[in-house]
Amino acid sequence: MAYSDKVVDHYNNPRNVGSLSKEDPNVGTGLVGAPECGDVMKLQMKINPNTQVIEEAKFKTFGCGSAIASSSLATEWVKGKTVEEALSIKNTDIVRELSLPPVKIHCSVLAEDAIKAAIGDWKKKHGVEVPVHEKASH
Amino acid sequence: MAVKLPIYMDNHATTPVDPRVVDAMLPYFTEKFGNAASRNHSFGWAGEEAVETARQQIASLINATPKEIIFTSGATESDNLMIKGIAEMFREKGNHIITQAIEHKAVLDTCKNLEKHGFEVTYLPVQRDGRVSLDDLKAAIKPSTILITIMYANNEIGVINPIAEIGKIAKEHGIFFAVDGVQAVGKVPVDVQKDNIDLLAISGHKVYGPKGVGALYVRRRNPRVQLSAIIDGGGHERGMRSGTLNVPGIVGLGKACEIAQKEMPEEAARLLGLRERLRKGLEAKLDEVFINGSMEHRLPNNLNMSFAYVEGESLLMGINDIAVSSGSACTSATLEPSYVLKALGVGEDLAHTSIRFGLGRFNTQEEVDYVIDKMVQVVTKLRELSPLYEMAKEGIDISKVKWQTA
Repeated sequence: MAYSDKVVDHYNNPRNVGSLSKEDPNVGTGLVGAPECGDVMKLQMKINPNTQVIEEAKFKTFGCGSAIASSSLATEWVKGKTVEEALSIKNTDIVRELSLPPVKIHCSVLAEDAIKAAIGDWKKKHGVEVPVHEKASH
Repeated sequence: MAVKLPIYMDNHATTPVDPRVVDAMLPYFTEKFGNAASRNHSFGWAGEEAVETARQQIASLINATPKEIIFTSGATESDNLMIKGIAEMFREKGNHIITQAIEHKAVLDTCKNLEKHGFEVTYLPVQRDGRVSLDDLKAAIKPSTILITIMYANNEIGVINPIAEIGKIAKEHGIFFAVDGVQAVGKVPVDVQKDNIDLLAISGHKVYGPKGVGALYVRRRNPRVQLSAIIDGGGHERGMRSGTLNVPGIVGLGKACEIAQKEMPEEAARLLGLRERLRKGLEAKLDEVFINGSMEHRLPNNLNMSFAYVEGESLLMGINDIAVSSGSACTSATLEPSYVLKALGVGEDLAHTSIRFGLGRFNTQEEVDYVIDKMVQVVTKLRELSPLYEMAKEGIDISKVKWQTA
């Protein structure tokens, strides 16, 4: 399969690889996917409780090149955004940016799920009402 | 010495044509282009003579006689012909066929097709080492069993079945024994007499011959095996396979078999040395790597390994100057991980991390060393990126985690 230049770039130079402390009250962690499915994404965000701005984002991904690229891109996009803005990122935005073929759309879905899960975890820590977990459109 | 890139190490998928084979084939495209079935001029005779030489070369490699070799378009056709041909010819005698879970799709799908036409098929499981259990086989035999079809060596894990023992069981029960020999012929000694094989499918392009040509061994004595044809036409190949013979391809297959027979002892030893160098190199430099299938009963040129916590397709992407293949779902058309590894009981998580290395005649030690270094480098990098590796290092049992699947 041929990969788009952007996927190759994220694969070769993944942005924001790493981990934040799960114990930090300002860090939200999202772990989505399953090893049996061949994709697991861990996305973490450090969110300023006063401004609700995502100040830091880190990821680690087990998955194909497109899964790595989708999560790498997600960290780039959420950084500096408010929680509300980050929640508006749609998997289709990721598909478009990375020119993912139809067979790789699930990678973008997983990245959107990871963003939502990380924010959901942060909100839980802060006692903020967690909205009904909205699944990305497949 | 600088290694020439990319490196081809996917010789179970196909092999390059040996230059000696190409040389043997070339005259049969141009000056010796005759139809081997033209009985009344020298062009036809030259074609026929070349085909008979090839029959001899192939027969010699597997300890058969030339009349027992018929030519096909490839091993998929040979597999179809040996299974459907027996099924149709002997359906009055019985409708039960025994095969096993990790056959090539050319066998599995042929059997599935027969199920739609009133045949009953038993798919034997394989043991953890990838081999068929003889007890399972014996238990599956019924009065209605007409055919046992088990591959000699598996195309993904290179594991060699107890063929002689299966042949003996089949013979004792008066059941035909058909073998997909694609990965084994030319790589390890295959002897249709010693192994009691009644039908054997052979491919050209897996033995450094051309694509588009294959052969089927059909036993003529003790017992004489009769087949129904699946292609109707001019009655070529003793009525078993109509169609003008692919003379250049057949010449190539014959020559490839001749070379394989002559060079097998030396080549098998050399490939085994390279394979072991590869295995030991990877095992020495990486933790949590697992070999899939028996190491004892295995083709000398195969290594199938799972690199835990690293997904196969991303691994292939990192080693894009090395041609190998993966059991990962993402590399297959079906999005399912390898059915072969699954049948062995390899967990789906590890199946996703598997890589098949297929060494061949033209691989060198320098290439093996390059592959080891590159694999170690990419696996290490991807593990740094892997949340699973991180969790495992933290002492979390990945299999106990409750995953949220989308």
